[in-house]
Amino acid sequence: MTAKMKKIRKSREDRIFDGIIYTIAVLLTLIALYPMYFIVIASISDPKAVAAGEVILFPSGLNLKGYENLFQYKQLWTGYLNTIIYAVLGTIICLAVNIPAAYALSRKELFGRKLFVIFYLIPMFFTGGLIPTYMNIQNFDLYDSIWVMVLPFSVVTYYIIVARTFFSSSIPDELWEAAQIDGAGTMRYFITIVLPLSKAILAVIALWSAVSQWNSYFNAMIYLRDDLLKPLQLVLRGILINNQTASAMLTGTAATEAKEMAELIKYSVIVISSAPIMCMYPFVQKYFNQGVMVGSLKG
Amino acid sequence: MKGKQKALQVKKRGARGIVERLNKSKSLYLLMLPSIVIFVLFTYIPMYGIVIAFKTYKPALGIAGSKWAGLTYFKQYFNSYQFWPTIKNTIVISLYSIAVTFPLPIALALMCNQMTAKRFKKFFQVSTYLPHFISTVVMCGMIILFTSPRNGIIAHLLKYVGIEFPNVMGQASAFPTIYVLTEAWQHVGWDSILYIAALSAIDPTLYEAATMDGASKFKRMLHIDIPMLLPTASIMFILRMGSVMSVGFEKVYLLQNNLNQKTSEIISTYVYKMGLISNQYSLSAAIGLFNNIVNLVLLLTVNLISAKLQDTSLI
Repeated sequence: MTAKMKKIRKSREDRIFDGIIYTIAVLLTLIALYPMYFIVIASISDPKAVAAGEVILFPSGLNLKGYENLFQYKQLWTGYLNTIIYAVLGTIICLAVNIPAAYALSRKELFGRKLFVIFYLIPMFFTGGLIPTYMNIQNFDLYDSIWVMVLPFSVVTYYIIVARTFFSSSIPDELWEAAQIDGAGTMRYFITIVLPLSKAILAVIALWSAVSQWNSYFNAMIYLRDDLLKPLQLVLRGILINNQTASAMLTGTAATEAKEMAELIKYSVIVISSAPIMCMYPFVQKYFNQGVMVGSLKG
Repeated sequence: MKGKQKALQVKKRGARGIVERLNKSKSLYLLMLPSIVIFVLFTYIPMYGIVIAFKTYKPALGIAGSKWAGLTYFKQYFNSYQFWPTIKNTIVISLYSIAVTFPLPIALALMCNQMTAKRFKKFFQVSTYLPHFISTVVMCGMIILFTSPRNGIIAHLLKYVGIEFPNVMGQASAFPTIYVLTEAWQHVGWDSILYIAALSAIDPTLYEAATMDGASKFKRMLHIDIPMLLPTASIMFILRMGSVMSVGFEKVYLLQNNLNQKTSEIISTYVYKMGLISNQYSLSAAIGLFNNIVNLVLLLTVNLISAKLQDTSLI
């Protein structure tokens, strides 16, 4: 009965409006998904067919040579491993330095709180810039070492602000008073009570940190020289932007064939390098969305 | 007399109070210590390093030992043939980005809010978020592969409708458009999350009342959804305007080539090339500082405006 009423109430105008909305939405979904779909089908097709424009909706002439070539390309796997090391280590350090600071700033009795807030905020507005920072890293002898990827830039004011907002809005003051009566000090209270209650914000910041380690190449490009230390994104840059595959993997093949193979390798390497994050995404989406929300709160 | 005594008392209590309060905050200071040390060593010390912008830096002499040069390097940049192009390119890319990538997420959120088919809505959201997780390097790799005039998929698709696709990566005039459109493809879905959240917070009785009054879906969107989004949207807009002079380095640098440099050389890529490729440390530091100061002024202005608009400022 109510369903029927609703149907009647839907006016002609509303139906047209709905029609437009859904048409646009379907189009946008296609635009969003097709490029990624194309990469996947191109990576398993015959490179000749891809170059000729025969691969549009379906793969043609199943061909896994791109992946085969990549499995033998050691540099890629070293890069992969390095990125995982940097992401794990960087995230641990990031949490270890930012979260306690955020918690301390959320406590009203912190003496000199305003000054500390200013101390953390200044770098959001003013930094030394590229060259002074670069010279400083060299002075500390961190150039070309693992540590430059995980330590010097681990303090992020934005993370501190977000976590502080979380602490001051979700951990009630009464809890601290109760803990004090039970004889707990700040440290013990922070570790045994606050942290377990803050899993949501820990997850959000860990994800942000891990994703930024996974994605960025700039610091690696300017601070790392050793091939054995290079993260995945730098290896990808070599293959995708600087066309380094051709010489490294394809010696001895004919010129045109080598060029086609190089393109196939590019499609394959995009799949290999992006699949983990994309597959992880549905499981962690909740935390990402939460993060956007928390982040939009004023610090 | 009485007032003086009181003031003295307060002072006395104040001094003892400070020690007491310092003592009470001891463990809190300990919690902040690691981040403070790292910030001082790696962020605050380089701020001192900026003085090389005013010196002729010689590695052998060190920062302190190098000779003062005054504003020589700033003048060198202002007078160089790259001064206006780098500033113009930065602003063009920036404003173009804002013009496209600021309104689109709002439109997307409004659309999303109108959908009643739950399953499809979810699918729509997930597929529009997904590109956000592609890394910058992969994104640029995709752009280069797709826009290839002979082998690229765009050229192949356009062939079906009889259009010849030009070599856009080789045209300087096309660079800002390529940058902005791909930026939109990648982040519009993601950026709409904030607005979708703002829309879901709207009181449903508003819609019910409007429906009773005979407002169509479109009218409801126009007169309820859009006004409700305005506060969030204006803050986001102000924030974006505050960073007009700072276009990210990573994507622009990867898409640069000799043919599009006329429109793709922005301040940050120029700072990088002057500093770490040509080893002109002082000049590069001077350009960086100049850009930093412009950004600072913009940010503070923007913060002032938002403080006037709302009761509180962004910081």
